[in-house]
Amino acid sequence: MKVIKNLVDRDGNGSITLFPEEPEDMWHTYNLLTLGDHLTASAIRKVSTESSTGSTSTHRVHTTLTTTITSIDFDPPSSTLHINGRVITENKHVKLGSYHTLDLELNRNFTITKPNGGWDSVAMQVIRDACDPAEKAEIGAVVMQEGLANVCLVTEYMTVLRQRVDVSLPRKRRGVAMVSFDKGMERFYEQVYQAILKHLPIESLKVVLLASPGFLADGLMKYIFAKATTAGNIPLLRSRPKFITAHTSSGHIHSLSELLASQEIQARLTNTRFLKESRAIDEFYAMMTTDEDRAWYGISEVEKAVGKGAVQTLLISNSLMRSQTVVERRRYVRMVEEVKGNGGEALVLSSVHESGRRLDGLGGVAAILGFPLLGLDEDENEEEAEEEEEGQRLEKEANGEGAVNGVNGTEVVKVKV
Amino acid sequence: MSLGGQQQPNITVSNTAELERVAKTRKNLDVAEEYKKLKTKENANFVVIGHVDAGKSTLMGRLLYDLGVVDERTLKKYKQEAEKIGKSSFAFAWVLDQTSEERSRGVTIDIASNKFETENCSYTILDAPGHKDFIPNMIAGASQADFAVLVIDSTTGEFETGFNFRGQTKEHTLLVRSMGVQRIIVAVNKLDNANWSSARFEEITAQIGQFLTTAGFNPKNVSFVPCSGLTGANVTKKPKEGLIPWYTGGTLVDELEKTKPSKRAIEKPFRLTVADVFRGGVMHPVSVAGRVDAGSVQVGDILVDMPTGERAAVKAIEVDDEQRDWAIAGHNAVLHLAGIEIDHIRQGDILCDPTHPIPAVSSFNMKILAFESITPMMVDIHRGRLNTAGRVAKMIAVYDKATGTVTKKKPRHILAGGLASITVQVDNGPGVIGGGTIPVEVGTRIVLRAFGQTVAAGLVEA
Ligand SMILES: Nc1nc2c(ncn2[C@@H]2O[C@H](COP(=O)(O)OP(=O)(O)OP(=O)(O)O)[C@@H](O)[C@H]2O)c(=O)[nH]1
Ligand SMILES: [Mg+2]
Repeated sequence: MKVIKNLVDRDGNGSITLFPEEPEDMWHTYNLLTLGDHLTASAIRKVSTESSTGSTSTHRVHTTLTTTITSIDFDPPSSTLHINGRVITENKHVKLGSYHTLDLELNRNFTITKPNGGWDSVAMQVIRDACDPAEKAEIGAVVMQEGLANVCLVTEYMTVLRQRVDVSLPRKRRGVAMVSFDKGMERFYEQVYQAILKHLPIESLKVVLLASPGFLADGLMKYIFAKATTAGNIPLLRSRPKFITAHTSSGHIHSLSELLASQEIQARLTNTRFLKESRAIDEFYAMMTTDEDRAWYGISEVEKAVGKGAVQTLLISNSLMRSQTVVERRRYVRMVEEVKGNGGEALVLSSVHESGRRLDGLGGVAAILGFPLLGLDEDENEEEAEEEEEGQRLEKEANGEGAVNGVNGTEVVKVKV
Repeated sequence: MSLGGQQQPNITVSNTAELERVAKTRKNLDVAEEYKKLKTKENANFVVIGHVDAGKSTLMGRLLYDLGVVDERTLKKYKQEAEKIGKSSFAFAWVLDQTSEERSRGVTIDIASNKFETENCSYTILDAPGHKDFIPNMIAGASQADFAVLVIDSTTGEFETGFNFRGQTKEHTLLVRSMGVQRIIVAVNKLDNANWSSARFEEITAQIGQFLTTAGFNPKNVSFVPCSGLTGANVTKKPKEGLIPWYTGGTLVDELEKTKPSKRAIEKPFRLTVADVFRGGVMHPVSVAGRVDAGSVQVGDILVDMPTGERAAVKAIEVDDEQRDWAIAGHNAVLHLAGIEIDHIRQGDILCDPTHPIPAVSSFNMKILAFESITPMMVDIHRGRLNTAGRVAKMIAVYDKATGTVTKKKPRHILAGGLASITVQVDNGPGVIGGGTIPVEVGTRIVLRAFGQTVAAGLVEA
């Protein structure tokens, strides 16, 4: 990503014009956008014209539109971003106030304008990360168990499942010949091999990890290179040093975190961001078992720990940061800033990595404390406090504070405040 | 309702004609009545568990050979072939280690089932793999077992390794207990390596006995048998005079015979957990093998497969390789099906009574015994042969182990060893078959694992 123009003032208001260059930039953009922001981007609009004879014809015109964002849709596998909004600038092809979906494209400028000091420190960090020219590690990872393989692409910020292979292998029963087990296994390997060829850009990857319990990963490794040899697939044979086998206890995607925790893999992938994130969440869980008073999760608990200056490492998922109310986002940004201000570390984890998914399971935020604190979950009448908080949030939204979201609006109706 | 996101069976109509044709062959038997009338032998399944290389497969191979289930010629062939690849000590194990991978590596990977009969009972052996990587397969076997045989390697150092903190002796035992097994026979094996020392036997008996009690086994359901699978001593035959003068009990087979068969859920709605799906022959394009967990089935019945919701008709039934008109809870059966495609039924599915199908749910509550510390976390959910990805989504309460009263609601952390209720959510990632649901009902036994360790086990609750 490149910053083309930065017109943000000291209060965090204003606009930034960006130039996305690679698919992952769409993910960064997704994390920058908030409902209510203004987005200016090029659009294709169908225009009907009526000729003097009364016949109509439609044609497409390229134009530039500015909308107020009403909803955002991101599709990780294809890295595409669709942004719905209402048109707010006069345009000769489009009526003011009409709805339009902007599909951002690579190599085309767009401009985001944020009101209410929306360019906060976390948003500016996203911009810096996106524009970091350092070489980015991309790895292929195939995690397997008997009959199941998940073929994944892991980039700095995203883990994308490219293909899932799921076949039934024959089971041991009396009267089943030995060859049928071998045949079943070979069929499985063949499908995984084809999925790798089709979905992993091996030549541009740093490493390709094959991982499983038992002997599957080794078996697949042998299969791949036996196949590559007979097929004379020179590029694949040349990539052989990139292939590493490793151990996981299952073939489910979440075993990727187990894979990243292994020392051998860590040695090959030093300084990659996703490894750091993965390690941080592992440390949180480890702390929970060794000293539970130094491991806290959940927004109100962690917020209290932050308030007491106790947080050594704050983990927060960008799914929370994408929170669609400005008020809430400010609350999270404040936590990040306070922890950093106290000399702690604050990591914003990507919710589309396994580490981020684990964090989301903990409510999106967790903290390792420098010293133990007791009973952060206990004061007040817990349940009531929680309900009240939720009630207040919904009330604010209903009053139009923050949320500009129709969906949240309907939620209010369902919940008794 | 705690069983979240239930799926209704989506019954397809294309195969109705086929289903109806088979349904006409139904003899409308009262299966429970037939079962009472039929004076067949009792039948029981037992799972053979223990640390890797404890000698489980060898012991079972020996037992089958000495009882004449495996003939001389077959064993001779195994001996020769095993010798050729430098694995001659594994000849007996080859009776159960059937695949080339297992034989060349000398390790059991998947459950092997085999049958033998004594005077009063027909047994199905479920020989489990000991290696920790294959615990999912061990769980599949344990889920079908009425009781367990725990095999211990009494060789100096080996018992200690298997019994320590990360060995599989304890993990397997805790797993079978939490899967409902109450009776356990401990085969103190490889005693030939320990000079048939009574001191060694006593030492192992004391340590294991104490552990079994803490694991929740009633001492009266536990027995210890000194033996050697390799030499065959005290497996099916009394050992030579003077070998173990200090032992007065019976052989391994004697102990098996002392086991009372467990109660069968005959009156409950029909459930069969699919262990394997295969082409049963030209006449039978779709066949399934599995144990009848509950209820009964007869030729002509229409069943529903869960979680897919597809219907199938039962064309023919085999129990113990014999054609039958019906099968009942406890039987290991092969059902030949019509009206369903082979790709539409999978290992781990549950075939059910269509009027009372098991719900397929995306989340459920369960009461657990925590083996490790639990916080909201990613887990592998095991239900017999089925295993799928999921997460501990909510922690409902922790209980006092003695009184069962709630000690804390909404705990943030459950300590290892604790008793608790939690909500488990099934992953619904793209391409997950069954759309991110799992067939469970109140009382279903579930094991949760993470990072290669069993973290909790327990029962689905309302
Ligand atoms: N001395 C002696 N060796 C034995 C005995 N039983 C088994 N062994 C040896 O122990 C090794 C492992 O035997 P297996 O039967 O494969 O052990 P297992 O418990 O089935 O192993 P897994 O299924 O892989 O966990 C083989 O080399 C056997 O010959 C015994 O009673 N005495
Ligand atoms: Mg074995």
